[in-house]
Amino acid sequence: MSWLNKLLPPKIKRDSRATMPSAVPEGLWSKCSACEAVLYYTDLEANLQVCPKCNHHHSVRARARLDMLLDAEGRREIGAEVKPVDILKFKDGKRYPDRLSAAHNDTGEDDALVVMQGSMNGVPVVAAAFEFKFIGGSMGSVVGERFVRGVQAAIEAKAPFICVAASGGARMQEGLNSLMQMAKTSAALQLLTEARLPFVSVLTDPTMGGVSASFAFLGDVVIGEPGALIGFAGPRVIEQTVRETLPEGFQRSEFLIEKGAIDMIVDRRVLKDKITTLLTLLLKEPAVA
Amino acid sequence: MKPTFLDFEQPIAELENKIEELRFVQDDSVLDISEEIARLQKKSQELTKAVYSKLTPSQISQVSRHPQRPYTLDYIANLFTDFEELHGDRSFADDAAIVGGLARFNGQSVMVIGHQKARDTKEKIRRNFGMPRPEGYRKALRLMKLAEKFGVPVITFIDTPGAYPGIGAEERGQSEAIGRNLYEMTRLRVPVICTVIGEGGSGGALAIAVGDVLNMLQYSTYSVISPEGCASILWKTAERASEAAEALGITAGRLKTLGLVDRVVNEPLGGAHRDHGQMMIALKRVLQDELKELATKPIDELLKNRMERLMSYGRFKEESA
Repeated sequence: MSWLNKLLPPKIKRDSRATMPSAVPEGLWSKCSACEAVLYYTDLEANLQVCPKCNHHHSVRARARLDMLLDAEGRREIGAEVKPVDILKFKDGKRYPDRLSAAHNDTGEDDALVVMQGSMNGVPVVAAAFEFKFIGGSMGSVVGERFVRGVQAAIEAKAPFICVAASGGARMQEGLNSLMQMAKTSAALQLLTEARLPFVSVLTDPTMGGVSASFAFLGDVVIGEPGALIGFAGPRVIEQTVRETLPEGFQRSEFLIEKGAIDMIVDRRVLKDKITTLLTLLLKEPAVA
Repeated sequence: MKPTFLDFEQPIAELENKIEELRFVQDDSVLDISEEIARLQKKSQELTKAVYSKLTPSQISQVSRHPQRPYTLDYIANLFTDFEELHGDRSFADDAAIVGGLARFNGQSVMVIGHQKARDTKEKIRRNFGMPRPEGYRKALRLMKLAEKFGVPVITFIDTPGAYPGIGAEERGQSEAIGRNLYEMTRLRVPVICTVIGEGGSGGALAIAVGDVLNMLQYSTYSVISPEGCASILWKTAERASEAAEALGITAGRLKTLGLVDRVVNEPLGGAHRDHGQMMIALKRVLQDELKELATKPIDELLKNRMERLMSYGRFKEESA
């Protein structure tokens, strides 16, 4: 607590904390969580949610992500018809169906993966993006099935497959069926390999657990976003297990590239062009202007 | 070996202690109390049967981790001959949490791979409590590829709390190692038989459990997350683990009903740890049948079935938006 805070009477302190965020009109201003710069939301949006001051990559919703990557014309959503069910009648503090509908109300999505067929700078692709705000982007049956349908659509269209991950891991509420999605998604990539089609895997903040330990690292090219937390076990679990302080920058993209785990770190603002270049190189096609 | 009893087995433990005492007395007694002993033994058996007929998922989870439960090397010693252990991932180290090697099963060459737990402290540390690091999974994959090269079937035993959550493990690519195995095992051109013999802990278990058949021993468990881990996330306290165990559906019977497991292998009365010999016989019979069955199918058909099965995992509904 700073000396100024100590001087302020408790009521004002509480007020200042409680009213600060709401004092800013909703949607007009945004504060960078990394450098605390106050930014026009429209500026941040135009900059693809990358802070113009410090380059911090803020998290991006699934559909916004696909908007950034795909050309505006000729998009078709894949697997939207696949919807979640409560296999286990799972209940912790909350029933799983209630969790699902709460997540639906928050995000407008039915589950944590959105898949679209379209093109990138004119190159036909199928792209999938995780919705982290939907139960932590967790992978259950619907995510697995939509992923597979995306891969199948890519094979039919003889197009590359791209996946942008943002997930806490497997979805506990679907039990072992969730774990099996790790095997299912990884197996689907064998079909893509057999069709000689590229898979580009983009790992964003955070990519953990069952998503990290399945298709995420199986990309022909694996890209990390700057500063993204990527790993199998969460930092807290590791800290509790080894009882050591974790090294600075542990499990961040910059750490992973140093360890040889990913091919490159790409700034979001050039991601679309970068992937396009990689795809045309792999497909032995001429460069896109 | 003197049995270790779990907390819910205390009534059985008391009876067994009494029998033990009587036996001791009988040695230098003029009275014949063998009838009394026999009576108590029968009672103990009936009690065990009663207790084991209504185990909760959380109790089964305790049995699956019982310190006297047979481990991979016990099965290897009893079910296989000519076991030649092969070590190392050829790039970093040999991980003792996974063992593997060539062996004969009924005379036939096989590659056997499994997680290895241990019973005494020193050995437990050496085996890292059965929690593999990336080099363990990479060794497993290397051995599977070797098996594929020579057309030797692969038999795996799953028994791990999970992949090791450590600094070095992350630095060396724990995620990549697990994902790679899932991918490669999908298309491995030899029969692969997987059996959960104890604890099937999440991705660390799955990384050697993709194959043509998945067996589970009656009191083994297989779960996306440990009940303790699940409870500490969803209930905010690990003490609610028994509720989490119930909710997650981690037992062999439940998973068979859900269609995720092919066969449940019955265990001797009171669990595999009470009678290793009988457990060996039961599992040997199952592996024997499955190997024979898989051998009749051309490899391409096997791979097609394996892929279809992988693609069928998951439950969802379909409705137009």
